Amino acid sequence: MKTFKLGGVHPEENKLSAGAAIEILPLPEKVFIPVSQSLGAPSKLIVEKGAVVKTGQLIAKGEAFISANVHSSVSGKVSRIEEVTDTSGYRRTAVVIDVEGDEWDEQIDCSKEVKAEITHSREEIVRKISEMGVVGLGGATFPSHVKLMVPEGKKAENLLINGVECEPYLTSDHRLMLERSREMLIGIQILMKGLDVKKAYIGIEKNKPDAIDHLEKLVAEYPGIEVVPLKVKYPQGGEKQLIKAITGREVPSGKLPIEVGCVVNNVGTALAVYEAVQKNKPLVERVVTVTGKSLEKPSNLLVRIGTPVSKLIEFAGGLPADTGKVINGGPMMGKALTSLEVPVVKGTSGLLIMPEKESRRMPVVNCIRCARCISVCPMGLEPVLLAQLSENQMFETAEKERILDCIECGSCHFTCPAGRPLLDYLRLGKNKVGIIIRNRGKK
Amino acid sequence: MSILTVSGSPHVHGHQNVKSIMYGVVVAMIPAIFVSVYFFGLDAARVIFISVAACLFFEWIIQKYLLKGPLTINDGSALVTGVLLAFNVPSNLPAWMIVAGALVSIGIAKMSFGGLGKNPFNPALIGRVFLLISFPVQMTSWPVPKALFAPGVTDAITGPTTLGILKEGISAGKTVQELMGSAGFPGYMNDLVGAQGGSLGEISAIALLLGAAYMFFRRIITWHIPAAYIGSAFVFSGILWLVNPAIYIDPVMHMLAGGMILGVFYMATDMVSSPMSPRGQLVFGVGAGLLTILIRVWGAYPEGVSFAILIMNAFTPLINKAFKPRRFGEALPVKKG
Amino acid sequence: MDNTLLFAVISLSAIGVISAIILYFVAQKFRVIEDPRIDIVAELLPGANCGGCGLAGCRAFAEEVVRTEDLSKLNCPVSSSEAMKQIAAAMGLEAAEKDPLIAVVRCNGSRANAPQKVIYDSAGSCAFAHSLSSGESGCPNGCLGYGDCVVSCKFDAIYIDAVTGLPVVSDEHCVACGACVTACPRSIIELRSKGKKDRRIYVSCVNTEKGGPAKKNCSVACIGCGKCVKECPYEAITLVNNLAYIDYNKCRLCRKCEPVCPTGAILETNFPPRKEKPAEPASVADTAEA
Repeated sequence: MKTFKLGGVHPEENKLSAGAAIEILPLPEKVFIPVSQSLGAPSKLIVEKGAVVKTGQLIAKGEAFISANVHSSVSGKVSRIEEVTDTSGYRRTAVVIDVEGDEWDEQIDCSKEVKAEITHSREEIVRKISEMGVVGLGGATFPSHVKLMVPEGKKAENLLINGVECEPYLTSDHRLMLERSREMLIGIQILMKGLDVKKAYIGIEKNKPDAIDHLEKLVAEYPGIEVVPLKVKYPQGGEKQLIKAITGREVPSGKLPIEVGCVVNNVGTALAVYEAVQKNKPLVERVVTVTGKSLEKPSNLLVRIGTPVSKLIEFAGGLPADTGKVINGGPMMGKALTSLEVPVVKGTSGLLIMPEKESRRMPVVNCIRCARCISVCPMGLEPVLLAQLSENQMFETAEKERILDCIECGSCHFTCPAGRPLLDYLRLGKNKVGIIIRNRGKK
Repeated sequence: MSILTVSGSPHVHGHQNVKSIMYGVVVAMIPAIFVSVYFFGLDAARVIFISVAACLFFEWIIQKYLLKGPLTINDGSALVTGVLLAFNVPSNLPAWMIVAGALVSIGIAKMSFGGLGKNPFNPALIGRVFLLISFPVQMTSWPVPKALFAPGVTDAITGPTTLGILKEGISAGKTVQELMGSAGFPGYMNDLVGAQGGSLGEISAIALLLGAAYMFFRRIITWHIPAAYIGSAFVFSGILWLVNPAIYIDPVMHMLAGGMILGVFYMATDMVSSPMSPRGQLVFGVGAGLLTILIRVWGAYPEGVSFAILIMNAFTPLINKAFKPRRFGEALPVKKG
Repeated sequence: MDNTLLFAVISLSAIGVISAIILYFVAQKFRVIEDPRIDIVAELLPGANCGGCGLAGCRAFAEEVVRTEDLSKLNCPVSSSEAMKQIAAAMGLEAAEKDPLIAVVRCNGSRANAPQKVIYDSAGSCAFAHSLSSGESGCPNGCLGYGDCVVSCKFDAIYIDAVTGLPVVSDEHCVACGACVTACPRSIIELRSKGKKDRRIYVSCVNTEKGGPAKKNCSVACIGCGKCVKECPYEAITLVNNLAYIDYNKCRLCRKCEPVCPTGAILETNFPPRKEKPAEPASVADTAEA
């Protein structure tokens, strides 16, 4: 069974909602659509207060090279444009829309019929993906069309589809692979055409045997696509780890996957690509796992972008009394929320409700230099050293020790017997080193 | 709902913590404790008790009145040091010497550097070496082991260790074969089980290996240091033995006699004072293995494990600097596409 | 016996003489020619290497002074004006008269004023807390209270008050080196004129949010109402981004702005108590209402 070699941990899987079919969340009364939802430059708002919008209508335009369009996820009236608390706890500009009915833009094909034939050219595919605001749905929200524009002198050989879902608890990709498999496979074919590659691999960890079986049966009809079962190990869903696991290639430090001829996309992104290209449907909804040990009904919900997370929790049985933490994403890399009125954005793959007794960190004691953080680091770094350097503000040395290679998977903190906040300091250090490098560029 | 908690990811944690690791080591030492009590009687229990009590006491009093930090005696590290120190002394050592050893171990080798995790050297070994150099007579007069409840021999009789017999004999001009055939020489089987003279914990290879297996199973230690240590010691002593079996001890005896097993699995693997990267750990193990045999064969002392480990402890910071883990994407220069 | 003694004395002396000769030639060979004034200036500096002057340390400052022979652009914020005059005298230059400054913490969001909304449970670093979320009170600009400023201070002049959770600057120890100003990820600390008898008036808030959200998180936030701007007779107060700012160069400490502030965001230090209106628009009362 394939996997990546260096480091890795085995957190408890806790896939509570793996058996729950995707349900459609009823429309909320109001949605809050943040203007900036993807990596890169913020998008430019093009609607005003009072405007009447349809579902799928463009409301903010991505103008920079790395930025993405944002569409209205509901039909109704723009009641306000104001700052709302987003997943970071800070207030950022968002469009507030009062929902009235559900009228979709005329361009969008809302039928259930699966459209298999790919008629668009490469350029059209890239343009459509860009227009429809498709971003990486695995969590990083990197604009998808940028990934398809292979830089001059480089050649993509393999398309890797990330169906690993190595984060504990989360099951949205798993359900997608089971329930929307044909559409997803067509999406993969579109991506293959867009990249001009002949080979695509879907990496799935073997804790999802039903998905592996199901897709292995189907891929026979889709030439060039292969299902690769992978050993269960966190963080296999990391781009570089997945490439290593499937192709055996290692992306050099500071370089993009295209350096080794690979492009990685999430299964959710493949589905969004299908909808964007074949159905003209912008990215206005996504599957979100709502889960937690004390939650009444862990579920997978199809949710419109901008829906407050409180609505999702309500649907899944309401917020349990012992809640101590609500996480946007999985337990290893997710972000703890400060409020439940935060809207679902394109990068929200799950909502995890942690009971009070599990939401606090263990007490921090002295480092005993056990080197467990070093042995689990999937990038071969020395988290203990980097955290110390960062804590003592020795950022130049940290840069030499390759702090920027850190993928923030959290394995180091997960495994640290002394409970030291290694990743916190690594993040801080990465941040500062990034600033130092940018300033160096200016001089 | 109460108030929400906000923290950086990850939000879940593995099962190991410092306490569970330390108490895991203590559990691993239980078989060796039983063997020592079996062969040395209540004296062994007395030494272990005094050593542990003294270590805990010094840790507590220094933490409370000198460092003024939070209480650390229940994290198990002082307990480990206490048992290890007891394992490294003969069972007839006077109580005050054990206490002095504990003071050096905890007070000087550990707490003066800032407590758990800050000490450059293994505290128990510093305590042992301090005692060995200060009280060489008491530290090297080993009670002859006798099975518990066995009639006859009293505790008062002392004899040399396996390595002691060999070292003295060789320097007196006898061959190894003569010495190993002589009366009173423990032999392989007794070394394995523990019926030999020596420090409390080092006598029974089997009991120690049992504990080591437990530590591997619990993932408290990794294979790197023990494998490199035993491998290099075995190869080095094996070469010497092949050169002249008359004056050099065979490698198997080297492994079984003295503190080799105890040192390799319980003290060289001490996380605090050993290198961090797997490569560094291999270097550390090889170095310690070579030094051990070097000291045993040509040094003044019959035993070299403690000195070897301490010397390599001193090199740990350098090894950490020189031997970094293999970075992802470093060793494989990819030129494709 | 005699021979031994003699031999020891002679050999030791010989070693001494030979070493001295070697050392002399080595010293000659490797001598670094340095302006002696650098040492003189460095002597007069405090020697804390705080970096407050913008250079690498006190030695670097001294070298720069001697190299440029100009004191107009260089200033050691730590040294007293007396010491600067001495440096100027040593260099044969005129020292510019500088207003003494002090670090001022412009946030009053204590637990009482800005109630806790979430629990922060991560590394005790303001910089990290700032990057993670808006903080326990929810104020995106307020003091986080994990003491990055305290760590940065080389003069022990700043500490976190146990009750309020806010940093407190000691008038006595602060030398205005500016280390805390750079350390604070939210730019809450500012170097302001120390003022006569340590009397200062400043807006103790840096929140640029609109009045509503600002007030929701903190009862003593500046809500940008502009009353103080109208009240000020010297045009010392400006309102930018919903936040009032008092220019300490223009402020004449007339104390007119302080009572008009509806939230009590303007603070005065070391003034005698007011006679006519003893009732302060105290923060306590506001909290009770909120």
